[in-house]
Amino acid sequence: MAVVNTATGDSHAHEVHDEHHDSFITKYIFTTDHKMIGKQFLVTGIFWALIGGFLSILFRLQLGFPDMDMSFLKPILGGWIDESGELDRNFFLALVTMHGTIMVFFVLTAGLSGTFSNFLIPLQIGARDMASGFMNMLSYWFFFVSGLIMFASLFLEKGPAGGGWVVYPPLSALEQAIPGSGMGMTLWLIAMVFFIASTLLGGINYITTIINLRTKGMTFARLPLTIWSFFLTAVIGLLSFPVLFAAALLLVFDRSFGTSFYLADIYIGGEALPHTGGSPVLYQHLFWFLGHPEVYIVLLPALGITSEVIATNSRKPIFGYKAMIISMLGITILSFVVWAHHMFVSGMNPFLGSVFMFLTLIIAVPSAVKVFNYLTTLWRGNLIFTPAMLFSIGLVSFFISGGLTGIFLGNSAIDIQLHDTYFVVAHFHLVMGSASFFGLMAGVYHWFPKMFGRMMDSKLGYIHFWLTFIGVYMVFFPMHYIGIAGFPRRYYSWTNFDFANMYTDLNMFVSIAAIVTFVSQFIFLFNFFYSMYKGRKAPHNPWRSNTLEWTTPINPGHGNWPGEIPSVYRWPYDYSKPGSAEDFIPQTVPLSATPESNLPHEEELVKLEKQIMAEEGQVLVANESKK
Amino acid sequence: MYGFLIALGLLLLVSIIWMVYRVQTLVSVMKGSDKKRASGSNKVNAAMFMVFLVGTFVLMAWYSVKEFDNYQLPIASEHGQITDNLFWITMAVTGFIFILTHILLFWFSYRYQYEEDKRAAYYPDNNKLEIIWTLVPALVLTVLVISGWQAWKDITSPAPENAHVIELLGYQFAWDIRYAGQDNQLGRHDFRLTNATNSRGVDFTDEKALDDFESNIVVIPKGEPVLFRIRARDVLHSVFAPHMRLKMDAVPGMPTRFWFTPTKTTAEMREETGNPEFEYEIACTEVCGSGHFSMRKVIEVVTPEEYQKWLAEQKPFIVQNPDLVANLPADLKKVAEIMIEENK
Repeated sequence: MAVVNTATGDSHAHEVHDEHHDSFITKYIFTTDHKMIGKQFLVTGIFWALIGGFLSILFRLQLGFPDMDMSFLKPILGGWIDESGELDRNFFLALVTMHGTIMVFFVLTAGLSGTFSNFLIPLQIGARDMASGFMNMLSYWFFFVSGLIMFASLFLEKGPAGGGWVVYPPLSALEQAIPGSGMGMTLWLIAMVFFIASTLLGGINYITTIINLRTKGMTFARLPLTIWSFFLTAVIGLLSFPVLFAAALLLVFDRSFGTSFYLADIYIGGEALPHTGGSPVLYQHLFWFLGHPEVYIVLLPALGITSEVIATNSRKPIFGYKAMIISMLGITILSFVVWAHHMFVSGMNPFLGSVFMFLTLIIAVPSAVKVFNYLTTLWRGNLIFTPAMLFSIGLVSFFISGGLTGIFLGNSAIDIQLHDTYFVVAHFHLVMGSASFFGLMAGVYHWFPKMFGRMMDSKLGYIHFWLTFIGVYMVFFPMHYIGIAGFPRRYYSWTNFDFANMYTDLNMFVSIAAIVTFVSQFIFLFNFFYSMYKGRKAPHNPWRSNTLEWTTPINPGHGNWPGEIPSVYRWPYDYSKPGSAEDFIPQTVPLSATPESNLPHEEELVKLEKQIMAEEGQVLVANESKK
Repeated sequence: MYGFLIALGLLLLVSIIWMVYRVQTLVSVMKGSDKKRASGSNKVNAAMFMVFLVGTFVLMAWYSVKEFDNYQLPIASEHGQITDNLFWITMAVTGFIFILTHILLFWFSYRYQYEEDKRAAYYPDNNKLEIIWTLVPALVLTVLVISGWQAWKDITSPAPENAHVIELLGYQFAWDIRYAGQDNQLGRHDFRLTNATNSRGVDFTDEKALDDFESNIVVIPKGEPVLFRIRARDVLHSVFAPHMRLKMDAVPGMPTRFWFTPTKTTAEMREETGNPEFEYEIACTEVCGSGHFSMRKVIEVVTPEEYQKWLAEQKPFIVQNPDLVANLPADLKKVAEIMIEENK
């Protein structure tokens, strides 16, 4: 897992104040250092992204080339390919299900939020570590166990869970209905319980750390937007994941202990089951009470990272810092009251549908504000296209494209036709999947120097970006057409229906684009692991950025700063400030040191700053004299 | 053999990429361009954004126009006209914003690329702008929501009294159809009564059930309201009739419904599409197991006259399966027997 040798080429190792002489196990495996835990999440996330991506290639082969002889996959899939070289139908559903579960939870929740919340929170707020290093370690290892269990379920004789990533009962509750609802579903539920525990342990830690461990002068109004986004993400997770836990627990009861929370009036396999009085719609409400906020759990960190990367590389302050925070707050609150827009045609009361349509379309407003603010940040900037910057611009593009289609789906009247078609698939893969994935990539390219003390190769980064950016659009944009034509999701093939017996060419195109996009990720993999050992050594502040993490040594030790933790005197977006010689002023530079660039209202703050410094001086002198 | 060749080809490809990578790294070190703040790639990337913008826009416009008749399914229901109008209005609004914001995004990226002697503008906020782009989207969305809400309210309102009642029962992996018969009222059902002959679990002690009949296809009259009563026997299913713009989940233990008025007969649609084999179809859109993709049912829309004629030809369920009424209470049994007699 942690193959990273941070000591390589560490010229600053002797400076490290807090040297523990860790053994291999305490340094790389059961570590309590937030930076190492962040890297553990990242590498595990990359592993899962490869598995999740590979599964999608398998079902894209089926969808793009329905007549293909898949015998060549027998060495990997064994019995799931039958004698005539066809993919098993139940296994097709299992592939779709596991792709969704892995990507949403293991890659975009743990891999994105887990990596960057852990890595960046202490570094950017000026703390030595998380509030509880031990809980942080537990958080990773619960995630790891969850992953092990989910991974094991891929190899079950009857296959992993196969009822879609939403695992709606009764399908997920009855083994008679689909083989994946046997042991596969049991393991899915156990894995999710561990995953939820992991998320909660992490979330509590992020919130506590941000509230309590900010360095001197780091007020909430001076937090980088990354930290704001991690903070709000953790709040959403803390409030919504327990509901998924409850939903899963009731499902466990229904499956194993004969209760009827979700089951009623079922006749299957030649017998009437004893369950009465339950409601499958109850499960959907509980699931989407997490499921919708989950969208923002994966998206907000990506937006936070993008804000930071775009501001830094535009050499401009992020436009509308306060508006960005307010819109994130708005999204946070509204994310809890829109869940039933996933259920317009579930049979729930149509009046509820009206209510949720209004609430859903309100959430589009703060999202629009964010987009316009990004655009204005680029306007009259001095843009440096680092790979991170490219991925951030790509994210904004996906956020627009996928966000706009949400206006169709949030409108219950239009949703009648589009629900559960490929239009939905296109929508959420762009706005949540690809946008968040691009946020993750932007973060890796941007903070790689801080993680490993070396630079990634930017040319390879450019190639990776363009192949992925074009590839993602070529995969998901055509799906809009297929969706408007009414092609339903999770279909093994469409040839049974006259209305959907077309677009074989387009589906083939999508599959080829998916394969190309997947293969281009290996350019990134190579770049990532090669640069870790052989990359160019990173300078102190490679992107000329203002935030605190760049004031640590190039390879920070446990404790982050060798001496005192630096104090903070200004917000993190003083880029290209008129009057200053450089085009950036780090947060650690006092206002009193930059009289040439201070704005009128900052002159007031200078007085205050001087006063505080004078008082501090007195305290220091007093302490000295006591000795 | 092929495997070996493919492996060899891949190896060759990887080694070429590796060589190119090493050469470009060394060249950039030699030229010292890795020390510069923005290398020549900056210009290339900026230009690529413009190429991407124009290229994808042309591709999108060309394909959207070329394929219009393929992805725009003909509409065959009254409310479908309304929801499709809403869809295309929303498409116009969002399409405009989509193109505008993307032009800005990529044009700004190109226009404001790094120049060594230039300095970015220090422009941290502008409350007036923020208010404008909060209010304008809010207003536009309000209009869209209200028109959508009107349509939704009408579509989900109770069905008219005279609507033809038809029950659709989803199970793994097909649909069962039951007509309400002459009284236009479906008989009660109970899942515990389900067996090989009575696959719908109809309760024949309910008098209304006696005239209910089954059918292999959904036959409905053009221009008259039709009410689908939707049930599921085992797991969730979802009735999706794409040409009718109709979708509603089938939920075990919770009957659902959807009413609509078809506007074109199958024959008319065959003429319109030029496809003599055209059929209206029902598909399942809620994942339900291995046969999810094959739950096809045909809807045949006919003229009201043809419908009445067809209706008169149908025989109640009990006529085909007289043993179902064998255990009924005496009075009901008499009614049933009369009915069976009449239909012989």
